[in-house]
Amino acid sequence: MSPLAAALRRFPWALSFVGAGAVWLGAIAYTGGQGAGGMLTTALSLAVFTVIVGLGQMFVITLGPGNIDLSLPANIGLASAVAMKTMESGGVAFGLLAAIGCGLAVGGANYLLIWALRIPPIIATLSSSFIIHSIDIAYGRGLQIKPPPGFADFTNIQVAGVPLLAILVGLFTLAAGVLLSRTVYGRSVLAIGQNERAAHFAGVKVEPIRFATYALCGGLAGLDGALLAGYFRGANVDIGDEYQLLSIAVVVIGGTSVAGGKANVPGVWGGALFLVLLQTMLNTYGVSAGLRLLLTGVIIVAVIAAAGGEKPGR
Amino acid sequence: MSAAALPRGGVDLRRALRALLPAVSLVLVLGAIAWLNPRVISYFGFTLMLNYAVPIALATVAQMFTMTCNDIDLSIGAFVGFVCCITATYLNDNPLLGVALLVVCVAAYAGLGALIHARSLPAIVVTLGMSFVWQGLSILLLPKPGGHAPMWLQTLMSARPPYIPMPILASALIAAVAWFGLMRTSYGAILRGSGGNATAIARAGWSLLSARAMLFGLAGLFGVFSGMALVGITRAADAHLGDGYTLLSIAGVILGGGEFVGGVVSPIGAVIGALTLTLASTQLLGFLRIPPDWQVAANGAILIIVLAARVAIGERGKRR
Repeated sequence: MSPLAAALRRFPWALSFVGAGAVWLGAIAYTGGQGAGGMLTTALSLAVFTVIVGLGQMFVITLGPGNIDLSLPANIGLASAVAMKTMESGGVAFGLLAAIGCGLAVGGANYLLIWALRIPPIIATLSSSFIIHSIDIAYGRGLQIKPPPGFADFTNIQVAGVPLLAILVGLFTLAAGVLLSRTVYGRSVLAIGQNERAAHFAGVKVEPIRFATYALCGGLAGLDGALLAGYFRGANVDIGDEYQLLSIAVVVIGGTSVAGGKANVPGVWGGALFLVLLQTMLNTYGVSAGLRLLLTGVIIVAVIAAAGGEKPGR
Repeated sequence: MSAAALPRGGVDLRRALRALLPAVSLVLVLGAIAWLNPRVISYFGFTLMLNYAVPIALATVAQMFTMTCNDIDLSIGAFVGFVCCITATYLNDNPLLGVALLVVCVAAYAGLGALIHARSLPAIVVTLGMSFVWQGLSILLLPKPGGHAPMWLQTLMSARPPYIPMPILASALIAAVAWFGLMRTSYGAILRGSGGNATAIARAGWSLLSARAMLFGLAGLFGVFSGMALVGITRAADAHLGDGYTLLSIAGVILGGGEFVGGVVSPIGAVIGALTLTLASTQLLGFLRIPPDWQVAANGAILIIVLAARVAIGERGKRR
């Protein structure tokens, strides 16, 4: 193993940041250095939304093979509508809490389906996402409520070119890192992902931890819905659609193991910045929508293939 | 891993239950439809109601092949859409080039399986990325809905054989072919073994790489058939024609008694699952006069109810 490969193995998240940097350079090389800073600012403010759901998805994926939340888009959509309605009547703080509460409830319901019906999470969250989607359509029909101006501004504030949200989510990411590696909860998640049976025999309360993790992921999606509605000035049924792929892709590109038991918190940022900057670069080049989709897909697959997975039968 | 442990005794009973449950759900759904509207239980009623069952069944069988080696293909819907676009453009205008492109598509799928195996990649993520690739290609090929399905394909899909409605005949044929290939041939057993106990298959001297490539190639082949069947019905193509097929196909396999791990699949069950879903999601909801807002939710609810029935029967209840 070359020293470079060894370093990458120790810091798997580094690759995603290197990729993000390379794509950024690729974009500004085309513009001749113009708008380099602005590009970063935009990338940061868009990456934030991916990071929030990406962190939730990361905790869920870390629980082990098969654990995944496919209800995020529906969850985000519903929460964005709930946030706009409650903010109108009860103020910003109440609206945020309501959106998070709505997300927590969806996450909890997901877990109940998985637990009570013993169905694989992929199908459970898919089925529940259908139901949530319908609730959202019925509840948010013709919803034209703009976010309170204060809240909309808050999601757009920049401090020296760095979006305030990015700073806050950065701090939140640190907290998530501590939660994962320094608390009983986080250690339990990792233990379950490495070997559920062993974790169970070691006294980890497997089911409560799984419940908490799905609820956490749902709650983060709820928060994301509220923030997205603020940033894009209004709720929308399909406001979260792109986060289906993005939330999973950033987790994997960031170096978290899909087999579970090995999470990587900083990688979520690297992966999110990489994917957002990739879109920016392709936009700068002026490629068509079809070509942009094609190249995004090819690059995601190529990056994952280059990084490689664990050896099977480990 | 204890997941591969076989229950002692009772194997036949569990097998029988597993095989029976999809059929029971189909009968229940059919019964409900017959009760709501008896007139549709006729030759033409079935021909119309099950119109879209053929492409859905083909996509479900495609998904079943990837699930045989414990993978999931989240790109099958986008792939079916892309095949629709090729079929409605190149295959119609220049059949030779069209066939060549479709062969390349199948080869791409096989290559993907080989890549996933060689680099031990997570199939979920790779196929999620591939769904972008297929969708991008479809939009490049057919930016606006259009094209024209080849005449022979339209004729084939609107065929009216005597006595038995075409969709039922076609579904039976699909189920029989998949069942024979996967359950009754020796290489089929190897393919299922690659999902059930990969180490054992490798030690017995079989190449897991070729097994993965073969299963993905088969998925690609049935995906191609699915897209062709779909465009034969719709007559014109659109990049988003197959969008719902990813979910439908996964649900169909599970409904049909397949499992996510262990190489446990049932080709006949998968086709029955696809028929049940087609009827439940399109016809039953219409007859029940469920408002459009809640139709998506009803789909989810049907899925949950059937899966709950599976637990109630105790098929998976004991395993933890």
